[in-house]
Amino acid sequence: MHPQSVPQGRAPGVDSHEAHPGRSYLIGLAWALLLTLASFWAASTHSVYAPAVPVLLAVLAIAQMGVHLAFFLHISSAPDQANNFLALLFGLFISGLVVFGSLVIMTNLNHMMMPMDQLMQMQR
Amino acid sequence: MSAAGEVLEFGAGVPLSEQGPAPTRVVAGFGFWLFLLSDIILFSALFAAYAVLSGASADGPTAAELFDKKHVFLETLCLLASSVTCGFGALAVVRSDSRALYLWMIATLVLGAAFLRLEASEFARMVAAGAGPSHSAFLSAFFALVGTHGLHVTLGLAWLVIMLLQAATLGFQPMVARRFFCFALFWHALDIVWIGVFTIVYLGAH
Repeated sequence: MHPQSVPQGRAPGVDSHEAHPGRSYLIGLAWALLLTLASFWAASTHSVYAPAVPVLLAVLAIAQMGVHLAFFLHISSAPDQANNFLALLFGLFISGLVVFGSLVIMTNLNHMMMPMDQLMQMQR
Repeated sequence: MSAAGEVLEFGAGVPLSEQGPAPTRVVAGFGFWLFLLSDIILFSALFAAYAVLSGASADGPTAAELFDKKHVFLETLCLLASSVTCGFGALAVVRSDSRALYLWMIATLVLGAAFLRLEASEFARMVAAGAGPSHSAFLSAFFALVGTHGLHVTLGLAWLVIMLLQAATLGFQPMVARRFFCFALFWHALDIVWIGVFTIVYLGAH
């Protein structure tokens, strides 16, 4: 890494490997293809224990998102990327709260709700 | 400790606090990255809505009956390939290589348009079969989530056309290079959102 070229951190997406700048995209493409094929295989196969398929799909999707972040967006936890990485963690935190919070609350409400036929009788 | 030491070493020994403002490229990139994260939070709300409502098909067609995995696989390949060609296009901007830039960015444009064409045909087929967004809560959530992603792709393609015109008229000015660079970030982020879409919406359907 050239010290003068990165005086104050690095913008997201800027590659530090100047020798072979296109290489990270090819590596990323290979991993992304592999993980995509694995996802579509896992969704249609019967050789995986069926209740485990959603977990496997989630793992493959998160892995592929990580591949895209690292090889396409060039986000890393390197010291000159501290701002980008902290922003990413905060974004993931909020997204997680929104998704899991909604799911927990809505499942709970669904569970607590009176069955529809009883509800209709009460309204009469 | 070593991490702090490395930070101090940037700019040939000048402490970080004395190096002055960061270059515009870094500031613009960071600002755009914050926008992308806020956009991803928007999508997470749509994902949450879809996850809650995906079973509420109101006795209409369910997710498992509607979706064609081969079709989605083609869409995924188009978007992934366009993400890679866009990355090579961004590298061509760094080299100020206009021939490579037009080649890769037009490939990105074509692949992005192919993705939209596939998505539009899927939507048209669903609406024609009576599975439009007004049929059930599941379909409303589906069209909101996938439609918002498609809208982002459409806007991205319009942005790319504008950027190609700017490259043709203004050349490789720092301003144009920064915008290309933000476009590449936007395009890669859309591909990340698509991973969530095809996993949760299409492969999660059963």
